Amino acid sequence: MFEHYLSLAVKAIFVENMALAFFLGMCTFLAISKKMEAAIGLGIAVVVVQTLTVPVNNLIYNGLLREGALAWAGLPNVDLSFLGLITYIGVIAAIVQIMEMVLDKYVPALYNALGVFLPLITVNCAIMGASLFMVERDYTFGESVVYGFGAGAGWALAILALAGIREKLKYSDVPEGLQGLGITFITVGLMSLGFMSFSGISL
Amino acid sequence: MALRKFLDRIEPHFVKGGRFEKWFALYEAVDTIFYSPGKVTGTTAHVRDGIDLKRIMITVWLCVFPAMFFGMYNVGLQANSFLAEGHAPAMLDWHQRLISALVGHDPASIWDNFVYGAVYFVPIYVVTFIVGGFWEVLFATVRRHEINEGFFVTSILFALILPPTIPLWQVALGISFGVVMGKEVFGGTGKNFLNPALAGRAFLFFAYPAYMSGDAVWTAVDGFSGATPLSVAASGGMQALQGHLTWMDAFLGFMQGSVGETSTLAILIGGAVLLIMRIASYRIVGGVLLGMIAMSLTFNLIGSDTNPMFAVPAYWHLVLGGFAFGMMFMATDPVSAAMTDTGKWVFGILVGVMVVLIRVVNPAYPEGMMLAILFANLFAPFIDHIVVQANIKRRLARV
Repeated sequence: MFEHYLSLAVKAIFVENMALAFFLGMCTFLAISKKMEAAIGLGIAVVVVQTLTVPVNNLIYNGLLREGALAWAGLPNVDLSFLGLITYIGVIAAIVQIMEMVLDKYVPALYNALGVFLPLITVNCAIMGASLFMVERDYTFGESVVYGFGAGAGWALAILALAGIREKLKYSDVPEGLQGLGITFITVGLMSLGFMSFSGISL
Repeated sequence: MALRKFLDRIEPHFVKGGRFEKWFALYEAVDTIFYSPGKVTGTTAHVRDGIDLKRIMITVWLCVFPAMFFGMYNVGLQANSFLAEGHAPAMLDWHQRLISALVGHDPASIWDNFVYGAVYFVPIYVVTFIVGGFWEVLFATVRRHEINEGFFVTSILFALILPPTIPLWQVALGISFGVVMGKEVFGGTGKNFLNPALAGRAFLFFAYPAYMSGDAVWTAVDGFSGATPLSVAASGGMQALQGHLTWMDAFLGFMQGSVGETSTLAILIGGAVLLIMRIASYRIVGGVLLGMIAMSLTFNLIGSDTNPMFAVPAYWHLVLGGFAFGMMFMATDPVSAAMTDTGKWVFGILVGVMVVLIRVVNPAYPEGMMLAILFANLFAPFIDHIVVQANIKRRLARV
């Protein structure tokens, strides 16, 4: 059992890295990776939000939305899975809002450190992507916790590496036309090349 | 001294305002290949030392030579041994015609083997040098920076990690990607974050897997198929591997593989020079070894019924595939590796752990060194950042 969860986590972090294998969450990935401090904050926020939203969405999907899930309410023939997308995004937005309030009240230091990133990741497609992958692959509740954490951790790892590289690239002499976003795109492409060492691992 | 006089005479044409101002980079490159530059540091604090970037790069270049010469010999030996068994090459291409015109096919003759290998390797190197050099000069001329000797190193490393049978147009494509995307778009030597030779090799590896891996590409005889020892181990386990070749043969380099990677001995000779001259960081080399040994011991202990690679011990990992070559010449690249002392250990260990991990658990790539180093390159700046922050924190606490 433990081995199964471990391989699921490794798969989510490295093999199916949200940012560098699926290219999800690119907008924040590119925008908030200029400074290491910001990247660390955003990375932690993504890990926390993923670990919360994926299991919650898993419960909602299994308990309310999927075909036959409403049998406990006496409605065995109802299939609400068409409401999936809008429900998941609503859940994500709600959780992020609640988390923001809780952090503000009880852990103001962390709240201030995360700052604008918390509301920002509501619209991060990596978060949405993890929930959709969870549904598609039919994870159990336990698996969805591990997968949510792994997907977040993989994304955080990628943005930390990118932030490190971009801080180093400040000393580079990039051609005028490529400065800024252009060279970042090339950097991310090359990083993805490095991450391809994991493609093909089947755990 | 006639050359010096000639160079001095034509210099005015190349400096600012001269007729060939645009080509200054080319003039400067020729000048500094033959003579040490006259520029001295103008600011107050500096260390007086005979070694500079040019000297470092040329030393690395020379240190690769043992591996290169042995590699050429080995390419010929592998092919001639096969031909001596009575096989004929399936197709006579220009390689074969040239070899037949020059020498015989006696696997016992060092000269025959050497020429055979040279006929395959020299064109690869020449194409690498001309095409890569073209981009280097183009960027240097347009962007007004110096042509750097770093390209000597990049070109020879790139040529040596290719299989001997690779089509030459792919060589050109690979080195173009490596030099332009891996280095020049970031501003040239010292400003990139990936090893350009490895970036080019990885690009080819993923773009044309059939020419870069598998069993048919390692021996320069058409229609011959011979697995590298690593894929033998991956499919048959230790028993098959030891039946395939002895550890000593693998250490000396008598096996299939990329041109320069086979002989661990030749690589260690060149690597030792680099370590003694402190051009290659002993911290990185030590870290790679440490990580590799720790990781392979872990896998040996875990054991596996289905995956024979789990049982391969550390001393075999050392001599197989590109491990030694990558450890000495690729991981120690001062630009793309970690810069801080602690960071170098961490960086090395990351490479060592990753290479065994990829070799053992990833069935798609029996050879993991190249990808492991690329992966570690990505995290080198992050590792440095952590080390620097930790230092700052520790010293602040002391104040």
